[in-house]
Amino acid sequence: MATLAVRRAPLGGFSFENCKRNSILESEASKVGFSVPTARKTGTTICGVVFKDGIVLGADTRATEGMVVADKNCSKIHYISPNIYCCGAGTAADTEMTTQIISSNLELHALSTGRQPRVATANRMLKQMLFRYQGYIGAALVLGGVDCNGPHLYSIYPHGSTDKLPYVTMGSGSLAAMAVFEDRYKTGMEEEEAKQLVRDAIAAGIFNDLGSGSNIDLCVITKGNVDYIRPHDEANKKGVRTGDYRYKRGTTAVLSKVVNPLDLELLEETVQTMDTS
Amino acid sequence: MNTRGLRSQLKDSVPVAGLCPQGSYGIQDSLRSGFTSVKNELLPSHPLELSEKNFVLNQDKMNFSTLRNIQGLHAPLKLQMEYRAARQIQRLPFLQSSNLALDTLRGSDDTIGFEDILSDPAQSETMGEPHMMVEYKLGLL
Repeated sequence: MATLAVRRAPLGGFSFENCKRNSILESEASKVGFSVPTARKTGTTICGVVFKDGIVLGADTRATEGMVVADKNCSKIHYISPNIYCCGAGTAADTEMTTQIISSNLELHALSTGRQPRVATANRMLKQMLFRYQGYIGAALVLGGVDCNGPHLYSIYPHGSTDKLPYVTMGSGSLAAMAVFEDRYKTGMEEEEAKQLVRDAIAAGIFNDLGSGSNIDLCVITKGNVDYIRPHDEANKKGVRTGDYRYKRGTTAVLSKVVNPLDLELLEETVQTMDTS
Repeated sequence: MNTRGLRSQLKDSVPVAGLCPQGSYGIQDSLRSGFTSVKNELLPSHPLELSEKNFVLNQDKMNFSTLRNIQGLHAPLKLQMEYRAARQIQRLPFLQSSNLALDTLRGSDDTIGFEDILSDPAQSETMGEPHMMVEYKLGLL
């Protein structure tokens, strides 16, 4: 006879039911030779810089799945609030969902306080959430925005630590981008200079790191204005074929032509309507 | 009235299963939970499992102890009384309650987290057996 058990009211959120099964499957599969599917990462170069009037955020656009490029033109600069944007590196799904949740929370908070949200609020919300999950949510973020206290730039690591700095880089190409920043960063740059600097830093990441590639996206945030430039620079354009193997019309000469008209009579015409209700 | 019934009215429904296997028909569900061993039953399958299960409780405890240190004992006492009252406003055990009063007290009615998006209990595909759950809650089981 079947046993009946009384169910506890289910909680929302993450369910750990399949963890044991997954670890068993993983160990069994590696014995046989299969590998479990990997998560799509962004293997990225993202960076941000504070200039005279605001923030410039930059990101490349390649998403990788192991050794394969999963998305040649993905968007890594996520919207948090009208004056705050966030670049995300790490596991693509994690950065996407985390930034969306924080964006919703910030909107609710702004409606509740009646004020424009501050970058420090977004930073604190992100760091508390990431610390709660002890680094299992693989999201490394560069958060930047302009609020009532001026421009602010934060870098947030997957375990929940944050840094408030004038220029930050994250992702697998971060060292290449940081090298460019360390060489050419000055305080109080103009907008065009800052954009060029970020573009060069991302380009350094794109050309020197396998995990980063394709185009460069920029986001310029100033007080009261956001410029989301996607793409700012197509650093890697797909090649154009110089030759063609298809034959032109008229290559083969026509020797003779015979036309036989077919006499067909229309017997029956029926119309069957689709049910589009 | 039966005292056991009164006492179980104060707590939420908890699973009866202790050492009996979780699969249907009383047999170990190897596909879903792996092979049986006492270690598997007792230890959590993921480092976050325990901390997530108790997250709300721990957060409340921390908030109450901070409140006690700042404002004195009366503040957490009053709040806990309100929480206890709000927790009793529930639907029947097999139906999902909105917990609106509890959410408002906690301040989680204007925040969104993973518990609102992932595996929303209002949209779960299974439901507890209604008769069993009500009987358990009333202590008749």
